[in-house]
Amino acid sequence: MARDAVLQVAGLQTHFFTFGGTRVVRAVDGIDFTLRAGETLGLVGESGSGKTTTCLSIVGLLPRAARIVGGRVVFEGEDLTRKSQRELRRIRGRRIAVILQDPMASLNPLFTIYRQVAEPAFFHQHLRGRPLRERVQGLLRAVRIPSPEWRMREYPHQMSGGMRQRIVGAIALSGGPRLVIADEPTTNLDVTIQAQYLDLLKDIQRETGVALIFVTHNLGIVAKMCDRVAVMYAGKIVEQAPVRELFDSPKHPYTRALLGSMPRLGSKEPLYSIRGQPPNLANLPAGCAFHPRCPDVMPRCMTEEPRDVRPGDGSVARCWLLDDVLTRS
Amino acid sequence: MSSPVLEVRALKKHFPVRRRLLGGPATWVKAVDGVDLAIGAGETLGLIGESGCGKTTTSKLILRQETPTSGTISFGSRDIASLEGRDLMAYRRAVQVVFQDPFSSLSPRMRVRDIVAEPLEIHTDLSPAAIDERVGHVLELVGLAPDVAPLFPHEFSGGQRQRIAIARALATDTRLIVLDEPVSALDVSVRAQIINQLEELQKKLGVSYLFIGHDLATVAHISHRIAVMYLGKIVESAASETLCTRPMHPYTQALFAAALPSHPDDRGQTTPITGEIPSALSLPSGCRFHPRCPSAMPVCSQVEPTLRRRDGGGEVACHLYE
Repeated sequence: MARDAVLQVAGLQTHFFTFGGTRVVRAVDGIDFTLRAGETLGLVGESGSGKTTTCLSIVGLLPRAARIVGGRVVFEGEDLTRKSQRELRRIRGRRIAVILQDPMASLNPLFTIYRQVAEPAFFHQHLRGRPLRERVQGLLRAVRIPSPEWRMREYPHQMSGGMRQRIVGAIALSGGPRLVIADEPTTNLDVTIQAQYLDLLKDIQRETGVALIFVTHNLGIVAKMCDRVAVMYAGKIVEQAPVRELFDSPKHPYTRALLGSMPRLGSKEPLYSIRGQPPNLANLPAGCAFHPRCPDVMPRCMTEEPRDVRPGDGSVARCWLLDDVLTRS
Repeated sequence: MSSPVLEVRALKKHFPVRRRLLGGPATWVKAVDGVDLAIGAGETLGLIGESGCGKTTTSKLILRQETPTSGTISFGSRDIASLEGRDLMAYRRAVQVVFQDPFSSLSPRMRVRDIVAEPLEIHTDLSPAAIDERVGHVLELVGLAPDVAPLFPHEFSGGQRQRIAIARALATDTRLIVLDEPVSALDVSVRAQIINQLEELQKKLGVSYLFIGHDLATVAHISHRIAVMYLGKIVESAASETLCTRPMHPYTQALFAAALPSHPDDRGQTTPITGEIPSALSLPSGCRFHPRCPSAMPVCSQVEPTLRRRDGGGEVACHLYE
């Protein structure tokens, strides 16, 4: 494991067991990635590709039907998959924080902003009284909430959507985390508010060196925020690369298709459209899961699952096309 | 543009808000406050702006789900406010809507056939066999096989459901479809399918679209012209390419600056506008954008700018260009 790695996920498999365990859905099926301090990893994919299950597996908040059946999640040298819920509770909210999509659902409407932002510092750092108050004000100031002294006495409904999302950010930072997992944090925000929020996250990262996992289906956010990108499809990472490599020379046909289907300002060209629908995880096609939608499909893709190939520019992709090119050269 | 399909003039919609218990002056939310729009045949007009700017109220007024406080909406040569009975039915046939979320806009208890046939049953006296034929035809138009007709919406993915919603909107002799964020709820890989499909249908049928959205790149891609709305007013409108290459209003410029890059090298360090959209309950004086505007001048807080012709075609409402 790299010395400065904050998080290393190796061979992680999380499956859902439904109908009394007779049906198995492989939501996450053997993924690997490493995250260093101060680095931002984009986890990209469509709904059902396993992005959110990956995040929940890391923090141990999986729903009852799901279980980690293989692999390791090593955070600062400790394997989180072997920890009890009690131990995980001491890590969550303190060393790993999660920001979810809907700020209204993550905030309790019955408690003041003060109480909610103070909670992690109260439990984890045992702050009380004046130091606690100062800490809360400092956090609110860090996320650019104007006049925090009186804003903190208000309730979530008195805030705008952008402010609520920044308050969720303040709660996430409150324990001084080493890793923040942000699951589509800006989907409900307007473009100008989204830009402000993303800039804010970047500033905070520059100051604290926190590692970020950014879950999104928006390649524009990836282009703006991430250092590295992992593209997920049907529970697997089909391509992982530094952000520039991914945009300049995408290796996997799915990545190429995603980039081609993204409308660009100033271009009226017809969009590249991926045929078919996202796959049903309970009934995946044989071989490569993308083969029914792939424009470059070969007979081999329908029967054999591709393996990881490293073309040598820092990227990893799972595609027979690439495998053939490499073995031939 | 030859005579427009739909023309909106000085449209206003003010909602009363009762805030004080006893007497007190009634306050008004000026959701739409003097909007002019025109949509030509076979044209797509994009309407962009942040939430709360009045996009959806404008579309509701056009669909006659709300009655305007003042101003006119003319369809053909008639003001839609005066339409009644048969004429109103004809208007409702010609103007249809597709909503953002195809999971809530289709009844889970109706079969696809009945969903698409409903407008035909209300508006036409076609025989059941003729309706079936028409349903099959519009399903084919939107890229679905006619044999999906007996299925229920839950048997379809998001993209396919949106196709069903579009088929329903096309079932009658539709001339204008209001598309209220039709792709925001869809998976990225199917968004392009729907956008391409909409463009193809327009070419084939000559139908007009009012495309409401907040994703600039998507709106710019599908629209011929774009109108930018801020707090109930149009602040700038121009041909899509003109607006993208040379936005003039500081608000339009800010929207473009805040748009996400399409490549990591375009991560510009531009500072977009600060602050948030003010409440429509207490509108700023003068130009509504002046409290957030980076180039605000003293005159901006006193005099409200009006729309004037801008360079390169289109209109802009800003004191900078007077």
